[in-house]
Amino acid sequence: MDLYEHEARDLFAAHGVPVSAGLVARTPEEAHDAAARIGGAVVVKAQVKTGGRGKAGGVRFAPTPDDAAIAAAAILGLDIKGHTVHKVLVTAASKIAQEYYFSFLLDRANRTFLAMASVEGGVEIEEIAVSKPSALAKVPVDALAGVDLAKAREIAVAAGLPPEVAPVVVALWEVFVAEDASLVEVNPLARTESGEILALDGKVALDDNAAYRHPGHAVFADEHAGDPLERAALDRGLNYVKLNGEIGVIGNGAGLVMSTLDVVAQASAELGGYRPANFLDIGGGASAKVMADGLEIVLGDPGVRSVFVNVFGGITACDAVADGIVQALGILGDRAHKPIVVRLDGNNVEAGRRILHTADHPLITLADTMDGAAHQAAALAAQGV
Amino acid sequence: MAIFLNEGSRVVVQGMTGSEGTKHTRRMLAAGTTVVGGVNARKAGQSVDFDGRSLPVFGDVAEAMAKTGADVSVLFVPPRFAKDAVVEAVDAGIGMAVVITEGIPVHDTAAFWAHAVRSGRTRIVGPNCPGVISPGKANAGIIPADITKPGGIGLVSKSGTLTYQLMHELRDFGFSTCVGIGGDPIVGTTHIDALAAFEEDPETELIVMIGEIGGDAEERAAEFVRDNVSKPVIGYVAGFTAPEGKTMGHAGAIVSGSSGTAAAKKEALEAAGIRVGRTPGEAAALARAVLEA
Repeated sequence: MDLYEHEARDLFAAHGVPVSAGLVARTPEEAHDAAARIGGAVVVKAQVKTGGRGKAGGVRFAPTPDDAAIAAAAILGLDIKGHTVHKVLVTAASKIAQEYYFSFLLDRANRTFLAMASVEGGVEIEEIAVSKPSALAKVPVDALAGVDLAKAREIAVAAGLPPEVAPVVVALWEVFVAEDASLVEVNPLARTESGEILALDGKVALDDNAAYRHPGHAVFADEHAGDPLERAALDRGLNYVKLNGEIGVIGNGAGLVMSTLDVVAQASAELGGYRPANFLDIGGGASAKVMADGLEIVLGDPGVRSVFVNVFGGITACDAVADGIVQALGILGDRAHKPIVVRLDGNNVEAGRRILHTADHPLITLADTMDGAAHQAAALAAQGV
Repeated sequence: MAIFLNEGSRVVVQGMTGSEGTKHTRRMLAAGTTVVGGVNARKAGQSVDFDGRSLPVFGDVAEAMAKTGADVSVLFVPPRFAKDAVVEAVDAGIGMAVVITEGIPVHDTAAFWAHAVRSGRTRIVGPNCPGVISPGKANAGIIPADITKPGGIGLVSKSGTLTYQLMHELRDFGFSTCVGIGGDPIVGTTHIDALAAFEEDPETELIVMIGEIGGDAEERAAEFVRDNVSKPVIGYVAGFTAPEGKTMGHAGAIVSGSSGTAAAKKEALEAAGIRVGRTPGEAAALARAVLEA
């Protein structure tokens, strides 16, 4: 789960990372009041979970509370790379002497953690990595040893950052570990003219697998993020990702479902150019209830013109899956109204196919192979119904 | 031969008394695996009946090893207890720990991996993986044993169901070993570890390597194949259609910015001389063509 800047800022503050005074506002009036309470000049910043908000006009300097209200009015409602701005963060403006980049992240290749730091802060890190790779220090961090003051100084020295950032680096490591983050990024980490080190912007990604030990993270659940169907699927415990296509996909196992999307996209390129509408992994069980929930979510997408159910019976037997499909269609009744191509293979496949054949449901087409099924689903989508 | 797991492997199951552990212990036994017992501190001294075969429950992995000669542990331990369970297995000095558990916090995996590296004695497979099977010899995990038979194909994959799919498509040839390395951002055994072992394994004639979006394991494996593998390698990569920034089922399956894309992986594999199927069926056909030539 990615956090908003203001949420990252709250976590920073909770672990002793210095941040500037700041308040969240959802209206120009709230922004005015926030600026008045903070006092002095402020910066009004769009809260969106994407980069490039500065270039999009999502960050404005406001010398007075009236200016803050005007800035908020201009920023609220902006569309930044498909993200609508619903709130702004009003923070005290700082006199910046120098901007640095700093992050802790997962190093997948080396199966450990990594500190990245640079004196070239304030610009996108991808740009630094390309334009001036020598300015980006990458220091491995052992998961068991962690980061103490000595390690923090080692990282600072490697990147050419002043030693006074070391205590802030230790506090950021504290955020990374204590909150089960997979990314903690500060850009810019600023040194002010008065010599203070401040985290002026923050990006934090939390590990969803660790949610069970962080009940406090529930407040970060985002009422604006994601598609309504994705939220509905999540409520039912389904692993669903909405895409912008016309062919619904249901399968078991993340790899097989990803593969199914690819096969559908390839088949459709030759037949009408329709695209997969979603990713939906129903996992190993594939009971009637799960299948009905899955079909209901997929068919709840008005763009869907056909559905491809692709199941490999490994641990689950195909006859159980076939029963699940037939029962699911019974449960859904008139709510199931698009053609469904089913490909079953693996454990007890003959029995599974027999069940679907006997059920003889008008919406169901049985296919022998994954590639063939994708073509049929694409053809049915192209035909329309 | 086979890799990592063979007819002599003696398997202990951490979490054998839980529902998944019980179900899959029964399946592993049915596949001919020498399962020597389970581990559960709260049920130590008891035994569990599996269709007439009674398996003892030990207090910890060290005891299980001392009393049974176990050299492989398979873990069906819930995520919140997984780190301690793996550390216990590593401290006991077990040769291989196969971590089936899905949903382990990545900080926990990083910690037990660092611990295993320090010990230098334990191969970790997974987490979030279907395990390892050497058909006809032994099965450590949840891969269905009845899909295929012993043979000359070695398979390594991030994905469970794609492993089953390819095993099924090539079932007439048979497999030396199939290694499900798992779909988490940090996994113990990598594509490269399996490729190196398959290269050394006299039984393995051809290697099928299945990857998916996220990270750069496939790119690194491609480089390894180019420099170190003489046997034919067939590749498949899933996730060409995956949008940027969305986790696709597996915790590690995510395209971040322009990195971790399926297209980049396919390109890297092909640049290393690996033939890559556009679909699982096409990958199977490529493998078939090599084996029948």
